[in-house]
Parts: sequence; structure tokens; C-alpha cells
Amino acid sequence: MGEIFVVVEHRKGEVREITYQLLWKANELCQKLSHTLTAVLLCGKEEAFVKELKERADKVILFEDERVKTFNGDLYKEILVRLIEEHRPILTLIGHTPWGMDYAPSLSIKTGYPLATDCVDVLFENGRPKAVRQIYAGKIFSRVAFKESKGYLVTVRSGAFPIDKAGEHTGDVIKTEMPPDLPEARRQFVAFEDAGAGAIDITQADLLVSIGRGVGEADKIPIMQNLANLMGAVLSCSRPVVDKNWLPKYHQVGTSGKSVKPKVYLAFGISGAFQHVAGISGAGCVIAVNKDKKAPIFRVADFGVVEDLFKVAEALKAKLA
Amino acid sequence: MEIIVCVKRVPLTQEVDLEINPQKTDVRKDMLAYSINEWDNYAIEEAIILKEKQGGTVTAVTVGTEEDEEVLRRCLAMGADKAVRVETGNLLPDSFAVAKILAQVIKGMPHDLVLTGVQADDSNEGSVGTMVAELLNLAHAAVVTDVTPEGGGATVRVELEGGVEEVSRIKLPALLCIQTGINEPRYVSIMGIRKAAKKELNVVKIEDLGLSHDDLSPWTTVEELFLPPETEGAQFLEGDPATVAEEILRILKEKGVKK
Repeated sequence: MGEIFVVVEHRKGEVREITYQLLWKANELCQKLSHTLTAVLLCGKEEAFVKELKERADKVILFEDERVKTFNGDLYKEILVRLIEEHRPILTLIGHTPWGMDYAPSLSIKTGYPLATDCVDVLFENGRPKAVRQIYAGKIFSRVAFKESKGYLVTVRSGAFPIDKAGEHTGDVIKTEMPPDLPEARRQFVAFEDAGAGAIDITQADLLVSIGRGVGEADKIPIMQNLANLMGAVLSCSRPVVDKNWLPKYHQVGTSGKSVKPKVYLAFGISGAFQHVAGISGAGCVIAVNKDKKAPIFRVADFGVVEDLFKVAEALKAKLA
Repeated sequence: MEIIVCVKRVPLTQEVDLEINPQKTDVRKDMLAYSINEWDNYAIEEAIILKEKQGGTVTAVTVGTEEDEEVLRRCLAMGADKAVRVETGNLLPDSFAVAKILAQVIKGMPHDLVLTGVQADDSNEGSVGTMVAELLNLAHAAVVTDVTPEGGGATVRVELEGGVEEVSRIKLPALLCIQTGINEPRYVSIMGIRKAAKKELNVVKIEDLGLSHDDLSPWTTVEELFLPPETEGAQFLEGDPATVAEEILRILKEKGVKK
């Protein structure tokens, strides 16, 4: 019988949803393989959410220290290396989030445990895990095997698994001393800042006209803004549009932008990277217009149009004018 | 400031119908066009901006074949001072081996900052940068959207979820994984690439790096590639743009959002 680790991610006093998704998968694997599930929590003193984790794991290994009240990649790595070497968990699950990406690869190098990142599934064959991940922006899936090792590391894509419900466990909380030889972090947290606030609020709109890379150039933005106005819609966009400075950040839908919940989401020239799609899961109806019939957006859209987006936009304008 | 930027040449797969090879280990690449990885393009631009402000040199490094020199020439045309390619021969290194190769090359060069892209557009792993940092024992940050060097360190912004950014102070030397949108990469003309042909481009053979067989053996292997599982997918609206527009407006009306 082995052990599966889930490293808890939390921010501003709340456990991040990805943690509950990791726990869901870990619970499923533990049941199948008769492993035990350990949640590893690094946090400040007396965080209320410890209880949430007790209810979802066989035990919680808790490090309480002001140095890890807010995420710190250097310290997470140092603490986890020591803990993994002591417990030798067969599998350690970490969120494929900006923070998980910060320390999981270092952890792999330090422990010598192989790592698969951004995985959408994990399975076991003959006692060794295999990971399923997406490549080429989700157009192809890949099943990855690991070299033989005492343990394996996997970072999991947000939204790959459902959220674990509480109540099945009454795990022990094992308060653990911080390692005495912990080095000083080379990167120190200063502040969180909201870069997404701005003149309009896309999260409240019932109808979004949303534009992506397919719009092609900055000069074409007014055409789409005009269409949005005629339709009584709010203009939103995908990441490349903000990256190219065609629209300010507060228009951005997706993981690093905003999650939206319009009645209808009308996507023009958006390919549908998972980071974008994650932001529209609350939309009532998705209509996608894209030249590429294989664009991943059509996998999640209710209605699709394979056509030059400007031809459709102009036709809509003609009918509305 | 001595800056090293790790770059990769990747196939362009937007709006391309990808085919899996018969061995099911990769996609068929013979018909694909290639370019610099999008994230790396922002990383090289950031390095050049920093050099323009602070002085110093920018070195672009890639691991790959002679064909991959195309992206190094592009970096030189943008303003990098020199470039290094590690010739890997028949070896197809996984991300761990690539990290070890890069770390070994960078070790031999002065560096205050090492920049990489957050991830590569083909494998989407997002792990090589931080692995290199660990191998070189450098401070690091992932998903960086702003860098301001001051004193012996830098203030960096890291992009988190939901429009939140994390501001932090990092000690130099450091490795930063650069996110798209951090700057506006400059345009590269064919003339510019021609002019940069005189700049230094060194080729290092992998066997000269002092890495063992063990260092280069893969930690992960692609067992099989497959197409995404079928979903119900979208119901496609057919017809000319006017017909389609009519249909879209009908749906909007049905959903109660038509003005």
C-alpha cells in the first residue's frame, strides 16, 4: 500500500478549486489501488480551511508558518523535497497553475522523480502511472509513460476533473515542524494586484461579441466594436487580442482574464485554447465563427459557422442596420 | 547586464489539419511551416529591451538541427549579439534532457538573467525553464509579465488567474519564464536577417558538453498520440453569410438577447 500526495493550493484564505479537483482524482486512484491519500498544506497560522481538507483526505500534513502564508516557490520546493524523500509517495499531484508551474519542475530535478505537466488524466498500469496530456494547443492528445522511479510527479490542468465532495474522510491533521535548515527564499512576495479591472465589466453582460486572433489586425477592431454596439452586446476577446494590445486586459475572457456567463457568447475568430474555453463554461449558448473547421472551439460550441468572420459580421450588420 | 535567452523553433499549427505519424509518436511535420515559438519571441524582445536600457549583451541559445538556426538568425536580426546552437545529432531529447543541455551550455557563459518562454507551442509542457533554473541553482519566476531590474535584483510581476498579478522581488542572477503580451516584439525584415548574417553563431556539439548517457536518457516518453475523443460538438449552420446571419439572429431572439 502506497501513498498519494496532493499539494494544496490556496490564496487569500481560500483553497483554490484546482485542489478539490486533484483530491477527486487522488481519491479515485486511492480507492482503486488501495493507497492512502495525504493532503500537504503549507500555510499561515490557524487557517480556517484546514477543516475542508480533513474531510477529503486520509491525513493532512500541515506546515504552519508565516513564511508560507502566501505561496513561495523556493520554500515549497525545499519543504516538499524533504517530505517526499521521507514518505516516498508513489504519486504527487500538483495543480498546473502559475504557482504549480513555478515549483513542480524544480521538485522533479531535486527528487529525480519524473514529471508530466498539464495532464488531463492519470492512470496506472502495472503499478506505474501514465499521464494523458494535450499537445499542439489541444489538437492532439498524448499518452506519456515515465522512466522507472520510486515516485512520480504530475501537474494537472484546471478543470480536468470534477470537484471532490466533502464528508467521506475524517483525516488526521499532522502538524509538522518546518525544516530547521530551510534556506532563505530568493524571491519574496510583495503584493497581489488586480490587473483585470477596467471601464467595462464583461462578467455582467447577457450577450458577448468576442473576438480572437482571427480578427488579424488592430484596424479591424472598430468593425467588431460596431457590430457589438448594433447588437446591444459587450465586446470581449481572447488572450492574443490583449497580448497584441488591440484591446485592454479588462476585455479578456479566460483563465488569466475573466470567467463570463452570458446567455449567448458569439465567438469570432477564436480557436478555443483551453484557457479560453475555461472562461466560458458558464455561457448559456456558444456560437462560434471560424475558418478552421478543426478549431477546438467547435468542440464546445452549441452552434458553429465555418466561414470568414468578417463576411458573417457584415451580413449581421446589414440585417441589423 | 549579461542576458541569455533560450529559444525553440516550432511548427505553426494554427488552422492546420494535423496528422499523426504511422508510429503514433509525433505529428507529420513534412508539410508544416516553422517559426520561433511565440513565447520565446516575447522573451528575446524583452532581453533586447533590457539591453537597450541597461547595456550588456544578449545571447540566444537553441538546441536542435541546422534548420533550427533560422530562429537564431531571427534573434540576431532583432538585436541579439550572438547565438549558440547545440547540435544534437540523432538524439531526440525530452524536456529533461533539453534542460540539462541548456544548463550545461549556460553554465559556461556569464549570465545575470536567463529568459525562456513560459512554454513551447508544440509540446505545451512549460517545464524546461524552471528545470534549467534548478540545475543552475538560480532564483526563478514562472509566467512573468513585467521585469524591472533595480540594484542587485529585480521586481517581477507574475500572472495568476482571474486577472490577478503577483508582484515580487527576486535576487539576480535569475531565470524568468516570459509570458506573451509582456511587450510588442519588433518586426523582422528579410533585409534585417541578411544584415545579421555576419553576427557570431557558434555550434556546440552535444558530445563536447560533458553530459553522460544517463543525463540524456529520457524521463518521459510519448507512448501514443491520438486524436481528441469525439464530442457532440457544434451544430453547424450552413449557407451563405446572409443565411447564416439570419439564423444567428433567430438564435439570439430565442435566447432572449436580440435587441
